[in-house]
Amino acid sequence: MDIVLGITTKDAVLIATSMAAVRGVSILKTDDDKTRIVAPHTLIAFTGEAGDTVQFAEYAQANIQLHGMRNEVELSTSAISSFIRSELANSLRSRKPYQVNLLVAGYDVTESMPKLYYVDYLAAKAEVPYTAHGYAAFYVSSLLDRWHRRDISMEEGIKIMNMCIAELRTRLPIDFKGIQVKAVDKDGIRTLDL
Amino acid sequence: MSDPSSINGGSVVAMTGKDCVAIACDLRLGMQSITVSNDFPKIFNYDNAYLGLTGLATDVTTLSEVFRYKVNLYDLREERKIEPETFANLVASTLYEKRFGPYFVGPIVAGINSKTGRPFICGFDLIGCLTYAKDFVVAGTANDQLFGMCESLWEPNLEPEDLFETISQALMNAQDRDALSGCGALVYVITKDKVVKRMLKTRQD
Repeated sequence: MDIVLGITTKDAVLIATSMAAVRGVSILKTDDDKTRIVAPHTLIAFTGEAGDTVQFAEYAQANIQLHGMRNEVELSTSAISSFIRSELANSLRSRKPYQVNLLVAGYDVTESMPKLYYVDYLAAKAEVPYTAHGYAAFYVSSLLDRWHRRDISMEEGIKIMNMCIAELRTRLPIDFKGIQVKAVDKDGIRTLDL
Repeated sequence: MSDPSSINGGSVVAMTGKDCVAIACDLRLGMQSITVSNDFPKIFNYDNAYLGLTGLATDVTTLSEVFRYKVNLYDLREERKIEPETFANLVASTLYEKRFGPYFVGPIVAGINSKTGRPFICGFDLIGCLTYAKDFVVAGTANDQLFGMCESLWEPNLEPEDLFETISQALMNAQDRDALSGCGALVYVITKDKVVKRMLKTRQD
C-alpha cells in the first residue's frame, strides 16, 4: 500500500513517497524515508517486501558510491538504472529473490536532461515520463496521462503532483501519513515543501 | 502472477517477400492490466540478423544484452559479421542451455544472408526449438490473432513496399484484438542494400 510515484518536468524529476511505515496492523513510524541518494544527481525510491527494500537499496547505494570513489566520476542515471536492473535480474533466479520495486530518478549532467526509470522486482526496466508502483498507479496514471507534458515547468509539475496526492487521499482506504516530495535537478537533490 | 509469458504482453511478427524480409513489433510494456510504457521496442539488431523477442520483459532485456555480448565476441573472433542462419542457431543453443530453468521468451529471427542474398526467417519456443518458415512467423500474446491475419493477408513474392503494407495490417489488426499488445508499432523492412524502420500510427489503448 506504499506510494512511490515519479514525474519528470523540463529540468527536474519529482519523486513522491508515502511516509507511513506499517507492519501488520500497526503504524511503526510516520516519517519513513523510502528513498536513498545513490549519486549526487540520482535518487532511488523503493517499495516492496519488508527488509528486502532497504537491504537492496543500501547495497545498490554502497556499490554506486564505491564506483564513484574508485573512478572519480559520477555514474550517469542511465548506467545506474542498468546496474540496478542487472542486480535484480541476477537475484530473480537465485534461491530467494529480492522483492523490491524501484524508481530511479536522476538528472543526466552530460545530456542535461532529467531521467526517470521504472524498475520492478522482475527486473523489467523502462524509461518513462511519469509512473507509479503498486495501487497508486491505478489512480494517478489517468491524471498524469491527461495533464502531463514533457516540457512542463517545476511549478506545473508540483501542481500535477498535488492533484495526484489529493486523488490518492480521496480514493485509498488507508491513511498513508503524508507524502515526502524530493526534486532532482542539475543542482542536485533536495526535499520540497508541498 | 501466473503465466510469465503474459505478464508484460507484446507481440512480434516477421514475413518474407521478394528479396526482402520484414519484422514488426508492438511497443507496449505492461504489468498485467496496467500499461507501464508505450515505448518498449522488442526488436534488436546484430549485424545482418534482426531478433524479435516477446514474453517476460526482464528476459527480453537480459537476452538482448546476452546476444549483444555473444555477437560482439563472434565478430572479434571470426573477423566478419554474423549471418542470420548462424545467429538463429546461436539463439537456439543459448535457450537450450537453460532447458530446466528457461527464459520466458518467444524469439523470432529475420534477415538477409549477405553472401547468398536469400531472405531468412525463423521462430523458436522458449527452450530453443527452431522452426523454419517460408512465409511468416509469429510470437507473443497476440499469437493466435497474428496467425489468422498472416494466413489471410500473406502472399508470396511481395515487393518491399507491399510487404510493408501487409505486415503492418497484420500486426495492427491482430494487436487491436489483444488486450496486452498495442500502444504503437515498429516495422523494419530489410532489403540487401538498406533497412527502413517505420513507426505506425495505431490505437493507443
